[in-house]
Formats: sequence, structure tokens, C-alpha cells
Amino acid sequence: MKHIALGMFGAAALGLMASAASAGTLDTVKQKGFIQCGVSTGLAGFSAPDDKGDWKGIDADFCRAVAAAVFGDGSKVKFTPLSAKERFTALQSGEIDILSRNTTWTSNRDSALGLDFVGVTYYDGQGFMINAKKLPGVNSALQLSGAAVCVQSGTTTELNLADYFKKNKMEYNPVVFEKLEEVNAAYDSGRCDAYTTDQSGLYGIRLTLSSPADHVVLPEIISKEPLGPAVRQGDDQWAHIARWTYFALLNAEEAGITQANVDEMKTSTDPNIQRLLGTEPDGKYGADLGLSNDWVVNIIKAVGNYGEMFERNVGAGSPLKIARGINALWTKGGLQYGPPVR
Amino acid sequence: MASQEILRQEPGRGSFINDPKIRALFFQTLVVIVLFVSIWWIVNNVIENLQRLHIASGFQFLRNRAGFDISDTPIAYTSDATYGRALIVGLLNTIIVAAAGIVLATIVGFIIGIGRLSQNWLIRKICTVYVEIFRNIPPLLVIFFWYSGVLAVLPPPRESYHLPFGSFLNQRGFYFPRGVWGDGSWLVLVAFVVGLAMAWFVAHRARQRQMATGQQFPVFWTSVGLIVGLPVLAFLLAGMPLTFDFPKQSTFNLTGGFQIKPEFLSLLLALSFYTAAFIAEIVRAGIKGVSKGQSEAAAALGLRSGPILRLVVIPQAMRIVIPPLTSQYLNLTKNSSLAIAIGYPDLTATAGTVLNQTGQAVEGVFLMMIAYLVLSLVTSAVMNVVNARMALVER
Amino acid sequence: MQEHDMSWVRTEMTLAQPAPPGERGAYAWVRKNLVASVGDTILTILGIAIVAWILPQVINWAFINAQWTGPDRTVCATVSQGGIQPDGWTGACWAFVNAKFGQFMFGTYHIEERWRPILVAVLFVVLLVPMLIPRVPRKGLNAILLFLVLPVVAHFLLVGGVFGLPHVETSRWGGLLVTLSLSFVGMAVSLPLGIALALGRRSQMPIVKWLCVVFIETVRGIPLITVLFFASVMLPLFLPEGVTFDKYLRALIGVSLFAAAYMAEVVRGGLQAIPKGQYEGADSLGLGYWQKMGLIVLPQALKLVIPGIVNTFIGMFKDTSLVLIISMFDLLGVVKQNFSDPNWATPQTPKSGLIFAAFVFWLFCFGMSRYSMYTERRLDTGYKR
Repeated sequence: MKHIALGMFGAAALGLMASAASAGTLDTVKQKGFIQCGVSTGLAGFSAPDDKGDWKGIDADFCRAVAAAVFGDGSKVKFTPLSAKERFTALQSGEIDILSRNTTWTSNRDSALGLDFVGVTYYDGQGFMINAKKLPGVNSALQLSGAAVCVQSGTTTELNLADYFKKNKMEYNPVVFEKLEEVNAAYDSGRCDAYTTDQSGLYGIRLTLSSPADHVVLPEIISKEPLGPAVRQGDDQWAHIARWTYFALLNAEEAGITQANVDEMKTSTDPNIQRLLGTEPDGKYGADLGLSNDWVVNIIKAVGNYGEMFERNVGAGSPLKIARGINALWTKGGLQYGPPVR
Repeated sequence: MASQEILRQEPGRGSFINDPKIRALFFQTLVVIVLFVSIWWIVNNVIENLQRLHIASGFQFLRNRAGFDISDTPIAYTSDATYGRALIVGLLNTIIVAAAGIVLATIVGFIIGIGRLSQNWLIRKICTVYVEIFRNIPPLLVIFFWYSGVLAVLPPPRESYHLPFGSFLNQRGFYFPRGVWGDGSWLVLVAFVVGLAMAWFVAHRARQRQMATGQQFPVFWTSVGLIVGLPVLAFLLAGMPLTFDFPKQSTFNLTGGFQIKPEFLSLLLALSFYTAAFIAEIVRAGIKGVSKGQSEAAAALGLRSGPILRLVVIPQAMRIVIPPLTSQYLNLTKNSSLAIAIGYPDLTATAGTVLNQTGQAVEGVFLMMIAYLVLSLVTSAVMNVVNARMALVER
Repeated sequence: MQEHDMSWVRTEMTLAQPAPPGERGAYAWVRKNLVASVGDTILTILGIAIVAWILPQVINWAFINAQWTGPDRTVCATVSQGGIQPDGWTGACWAFVNAKFGQFMFGTYHIEERWRPILVAVLFVVLLVPMLIPRVPRKGLNAILLFLVLPVVAHFLLVGGVFGLPHVETSRWGGLLVTLSLSFVGMAVSLPLGIALALGRRSQMPIVKWLCVVFIETVRGIPLITVLFFASVMLPLFLPEGVTFDKYLRALIGVSLFAAAYMAEVVRGGLQAIPKGQYEGADSLGLGYWQKMGLIVLPQALKLVIPGIVNTFIGMFKDTSLVLIISMFDLLGVVKQNFSDPNWATPQTPKSGLIFAAFVFWLFCFGMSRYSMYTERRLDTGYKR
């Protein structure tokens, strides 16, 4: 269809292309007074509505952080639940301003899908979960030859699964569903032997099964799944704001700035902290981004630093109890490294 | 309309703008202009959006490696196959489930429909309750019910039900031995085709003879003999070139044999039972629509109740039944797209995955629409032929 | 023959004899309706067997063993699953439905704002009931209020943002609220659109006619899911940069366009059923096209196809459940979403939730189909000769 279309209207379209300069997302967002944030339809720890319909999780909190940076108020954000299939179109079409939906950063998504990834808010890897009670003796993914594996469609998970079994010359039986809830239900009812998705997800899903204690997550990690928020390509200012919000969260943790002590820290004489919190005389790092100078203060007041966000949503302070692991700061042997604000 | 014909004869009457011909021309030109402008606007927007977002376009992606696996593959497919092949697999799955569903729904629907007209009060009531329940809940819910029901009732693979002929039934589906044809099996196929052709020929001649002389010929049993007998003969002559591959228990599942997955099973059952409720009502209306005088007249001619039903009532009822039956078949085919909710890889599900992996939404949705349109058109065309034949019987 | 004694003529009829004992009472009824022949007896036994097999299980599960109230999953889980029920127990978990009832009705609509959808529902019922009862006068005014004024009022009430009402974004809508509002607005939009398409299809202008035919046949040839996919992933690309639709609105457009194509065929059936004399009569009175259609043909045609319209509406009502596939939360969507709530995850939860949803859908559809049958009977009388 588009071939014909391109042939018929190509010339006319090219003439118009010149005028199609992108209106800045920051201006649009400021004008409407809130950020529209695309999240998942419900993945515990990342983005899931609670009983009152408030979105909880690390992905939801990241959007609040961006809202705090822009408006000084973390509540100026509206959430759009999206399925795996819809997420990219929603961002491309401008329905949402930022996609914060446990999305894996891949080259194809950067190049062919028109996405611009902000960073990696959670280093994940794909794993397997099995029912240890029904399958005693299975303690490695390499023993899964011939198994029926539940997986969600339209994800990188589905592709990794195919690659992994092919590489190890094992047979398997894919059982593919569109929605997370459906995969959960099918796995819980015994339709599959194993469940595969990002390991963080497996821990969250385990809690929703009818007898969580029976299920174990196998040790193998079969892929790299750097999860992070993404914005539309071609709007550098907006991408910078999102990216530096993420770095600010990391830097705040590194500097020991927390939600509780951020006001005291404003009086700190450490130049690093001063630059970060915008208390340095005639520093204008916030203003250069198109924000206010106390943007980091606002972020930390709204959601805390990266460590606090992590612990509250997926770490020790949450039912998921996931260890920091490679998501620890670089100073503690992890991969999270925030370039300096200066 | 009539009015315009009259007016056309007196063109001089009334003012220029009241001339219906001019008006029609004006309206249609307006419609065409509006249409073209909006198409131009949409296409322009699409092109602009795609270029701005650096999204690839065109159908080249169909030749790229798919990279994902599909659970039900009627034709050979691996993750190394192309997106195009993945879509074909999805299309075939849609056709398979729709065809099987149409057959099953027709059978169940006729049984229930006739049951609603039964002399027996209890049967009548049971059939009414069935129809009223299934007609009034969404098909998606029926599918969920069957799926969770099927999974809840059946045992895990290690405690499978053992059925006769080496078949098994468990949560992973229904397993039965698969025939493996050896050398010389082509003979059986040839015999089958020859049998079919001969049966058709016999039926044709018998009809001609009956038309000419009124003598009847046992067409049915001759045909059965030809269609079944010839292949059996060929099978024996070729030295019985058939072995069976029996399903065997392995670590996780049964391997070998032929497997019908629970997704397919529950989708098939749900679609057929849902559609059967509508077909039952159509059948009931059809049978009630044949006037009682017809069967009484047939009885007066000395026909027994069997032939009355077969030769008088059903042919006339079918005339009433077929057009709405066609639209139910179309509905069933379209409802098979709900497979996506329980993970049966039909066209919508695979196209959805392809669309998501490549990001080419416009092409994906376009292909999907074309495929369903073609399926619908083919089904209507086939049913129109059937309808035409039925109408001929009426003379 | 001539010797008839007139005094023999009865002055009153003999009273009818009661039917012989074998032909009346429960026994005869059973004999006629259950065991008329050998085959019939076998069918009856089969029927009793089916009922005896299903009914006790259903009653046991849905009523006797069911758990009606409870704080969390423990009331619906067996001991080995971490609950309080003895092992081997199965029963409906109505406690789950009870606890989530608010969400099933309104989704995540703010609790303190829920009076707004309730008010809309009350208005809807107040306007709908007189519309359905044939004897109540002022149908025209009623229809205007119901189909034109109510949607506008409901829009302001539900969305808010004016008159001091806080704004509630549509992503917080859910449950029955979405199911009903989608199907009602879909109905209000698809009926006029369907009439327009039907008129277009019977038009004398070839281009208009073919456009309508192509639209109707295309939409009727593809599944609703495809239309919804189209609305959710393609529509945004059709619009210029920065112009976006609410997801709810997109689903609404999809559902309405879909229903309009079916509505058009129903209306066309009605138009074809109007005798030619009516068209010609209107023409001979010198009425123009719109007068002819609006005053003569459509009123008769629409009256004829009310049952068909209601049936299309039932279909649309059921079809709204598909929006869950484009991740909107209608009644079925909300019910399914709540299955993954760790507080309520038990093997009984999905069954109970689905049966509740099925019951609600069934209630509405059954009610509508009964009403359609009632109208059909009522309208029928006018055409009997």
C-alpha cells in the first residue's frame, strides 16, 4: 500500500517535509501541564496500579522524577498502560511523552523504530522459572530440553528463547501469549513446564502464583536485558532532560543525598553536591537543560535517589526482595554510573 | 427512482440547481474531492511521520529472518524462517481452526436446533437453556472458560489419561499415534482419487437414469464401496506400507505421535459451541418456516417419515437456512481472531508479533485486513455456490 | 325424516366430558412429553443424566461451598496453598468479587468521585425506562434527551475538568463503566452513521453507492480485533505530528465504525421491505429526497428493523469485551487484570471472576434480547391481516 502511496504522493510529501520541524516536547509538556508516561499494564515492582489505581514501581517513579525535574512536582504525570505491542506506536505518535515500560535497549529499536533510549535504569537478564515441586531434580536451564515454555509475545524474550534453545541444540515447545496475565494464568495452571522472562519479572510474577513457595528461578541468565526509558528520536532537549534526570538519581545516591536529608544537603559545602543541587553560586546547570536550577532537589524530594527508588519498589523494602547485584553503583561493584553534573 | 425519470423528461422546468442530474454530478464531484483530499492528507501524514521517526517502510521485512518460534506449525517452520513464512503459518492456522470450527458448529448447531423442536419436554428445555446461555455472553469469555476449564480438568503430563490405540490426554493436549507412510503409499492416494472420480461418475449416471426411467440405483453404498474399497485394496496390494509413531513419555512431555494442543482444542470448542447456539436458532427457524402442508402432502403421496424429512422438509428448510448460516460461518472465521487471547498462533497473533518485532504497523495491519477479506470473500463465494444449487432444487 | 319430534331438540349443550384419566394430569403430561416412544424415553434418561451430573456440581460450587466474604486469599485457598480451607475443597470465591466490586464497576476511577458515574447511570435509567415503555408519551423529546443531551452531560460529568469537577483521565476508567459507555456511545454514533451508509448504498449516484458498498463490505469482512488494532496502532500515524487521540476515543471510533457497517445492512433490510408504492406515493406528492426519506420511508423502515437494531446492539455490547486486547480495561479486562493481584491469587479466583463477568454480560444481553422479542411481537400485530 505504502509503495503505491509513496509513488503517488512522494513528490508532494518531500515538498512538505521541510516544514516538518519537530515542536519541542518540553514546550508541549509545559503547556499541557503534565507528562504523559507509557507504562506496562501491570508488572509488580516496575509499573503496576495499586488498589486505588495509583501507579507504583521503578518505571512509574522514573516518570515522576522527570515530572519533578520539569515542574518541580512529581505528581504532574499521567500514566497510559500499554501492551508490548502498542508501546512503540504510542511513543512514535506522540500519545505519550516518555516510554518507561521495562523496555530492552536494542540496536534495532534505536535505529528502525525511531526510539531514543535514555539509559539503563535496570540491568536485567532473561531467566527461567519452574515448579520445583512438580519437576524435582531440574536445577539448570540446560535440562529443559523438550519442555513447554510459557513466554509473552512481541518481546525480545521470545527471540532470546528461540536463540538459546537453538544454540544448545535443545527442543522446546513455545506457549505464547499476548498478555502477561495470560502467561501467568497458563503457567500457574500447569500448561507449561517453565516460564521465561526477565529475572526481575520472574520474582514479581512468582508472588502472584497460587503457591509461590513451589516455584524456583533457575540460575542461568540467557541474555542481556538492559531495561530503560525511551523518548522519541529527534528531540535532543527532551532526551537530555530524561537522560540527566536518570544521571541525577545516580549521582544523588553516590553523594549520599536522600529524600530525608536533601534539605540539609543544600547547605553542604562540597562543590560536587553544590553543583548537583544547584546551590553553587552562579551555577546554571539546570537552566542550561531548560529546567530550574533546583531540579535535582525536586527530583529527590519526589522520589528519592536511585537506591531509594530501587529498594522501595523491587529491593528489600518490597515483596520482591531482589538484591542490588549489578544494579549497584559502580563504587560498590555494580554497573550504575552517573556522569558528573558540571 | 421514478420521480427522477419523470423530471428528466421536462428538463426546462425549475431552476438549474433543482435539476437532479446536475445535483448528482455536483454531489459526487464533491465526494470525490473530499475523498481524495483526505486520502492525500492521510498518506502525507503517514509518510511524514514515518520519515520523522526513522521507521522503515515497505514490504522488504517479509524476507527477513523471523527469529521467534511458533507453537503450532502446519508447515515446516523454524526461527530461521522468514517473517513472510511466519505469516503464512498464521494464516494456515486460522484456516484450519475456522474450517474445523465450521464443521463442528454445524453439527452441534443442527443437533441443538432440532432438539429445540423435539417432542420431548426435557430435551427442549435443555437445548433452550444452552442457546440462551451461549448467545448472551461474549465469545471471548466462552474462550476463556474453555481454556481455563480444559486446563483445570486435565491432568499434568506425568499422570496422563491413557486412551485406547496408544493415545493420551493431558494438560499439554491430546496425543495420538501418527501414521508414517512408507514406499508405495502413493498407490493408496491414487486409488482414493480414482474412487472419488468413479463415485461421482456413478452418481451422475444414476441420476440421469432415474430422470429418464424412474429406476433408482443404490448410489450411496456404491460410492462408499468405491471410495473406501479401492484405497483399501491398493493398500493391501502395496504391502501395507504404514507404520505408526506412538507418543512416548519423556522428561517433560510426551514426544512423538501427533499432538493437538489445548489452545487449539479450547478455541475450537469455544468457537463451535458459541456459534452453534446461533446456528441452532437458524435451523429452528428454517424448519418451522416450512409449511406443515408440505409434509402432509408428502405423507398423502405415500412417503414415509424418513424420506419426507430428507426429500421434502430439509431441502426447503435449507433454502431458508443457508443465507444466515453463511453469515454465521463468516462470524466464526472472524471470531477465530480471538485466538490471540489464549495464545493460539493464528493470523492475528502472528501478524501482531511480526508487527511488533519489525515496528511496521501499517504494513502489518494492511496484510491482516487483506487476508481476512480474502477469507471472507472465499467463504461467501463457496456458500453462494451451495445456495445456488439449493435454489435449483426448488425449480 | 318428516316425523321429527321438535321437543327432542336440546335447549342447551351437553357439558364437555372431562378427558379420560390417561389424557390429563401429571401422568399424561409425562407420557406425552417425556416417554412418548422408546427413543423418547432414552432421550429423557439421557437428559436427566446430564442435568443430574451438572446441576449438583454447579450448585455445590456456586452456593454451598462458596465463600462470600473475606479479607484476602486465605478464605479461598486450601491449607496446602496457604489458606484456611481443607485440602480438596473447591468452591466459588465470591469474596474476591465482593472485595473488587468497586473496581469491576468503575475501574480505578477515584473513589471519592464515584458518585459521578453513579449519577450518570441514574440519569441513563431515568431516561431509558420511559423510552422502552411504548405507552409513555413524548418519545421524540425523550430520544433527544437520551441520545443527544445525555452523552454531552455524561461527558462533562465523567471527564470533569469544568464546573469545579476534578479531571479524571480516561485511563482511570474501567469495568462496567467502560463497557456500558463504549457500547452506548457506539450505539448513538453507529445508528445515524449506519442509516447514512444504508441510504448511500441505495443511492442513485454510482460513486456514493460504491464507496458505501466498499466500506460496508470491507468492515464486515474483517474481525473487530483488526479494526481495533487499526485504531490503536495505525490511526496515530494517520494524524499530523502532535495531534493525538485518547485511547478511549480511538476504541470508540473503532467500535462505532464497525457497528455502523452492520447497522447499515440492518437498515438496508428495512428500506428494502418498504413497498415501492410508498416511495412512489412520496414522489407523487412532490416531496424531495430528504423529505421522502425522513418523513415517509425511514420512520416505517426503522420501525420494522427495531429487533435487528437491538440485535446489532447486543452484538456490539458483547464485542466491547475485545477492547481488553488493546489493553483497555472493560469489565472483562478489569476482572482479568485482578487475577494477578497477589492478595487474591488462588485456583478458584479466575473461575469466580469469569463467571461473575459472564453473569453480568448475560444479564444485559438476555434483557435486551427479551425486549427485542417483545417489540417484535408488538410490531407484528400491526402487519397482521
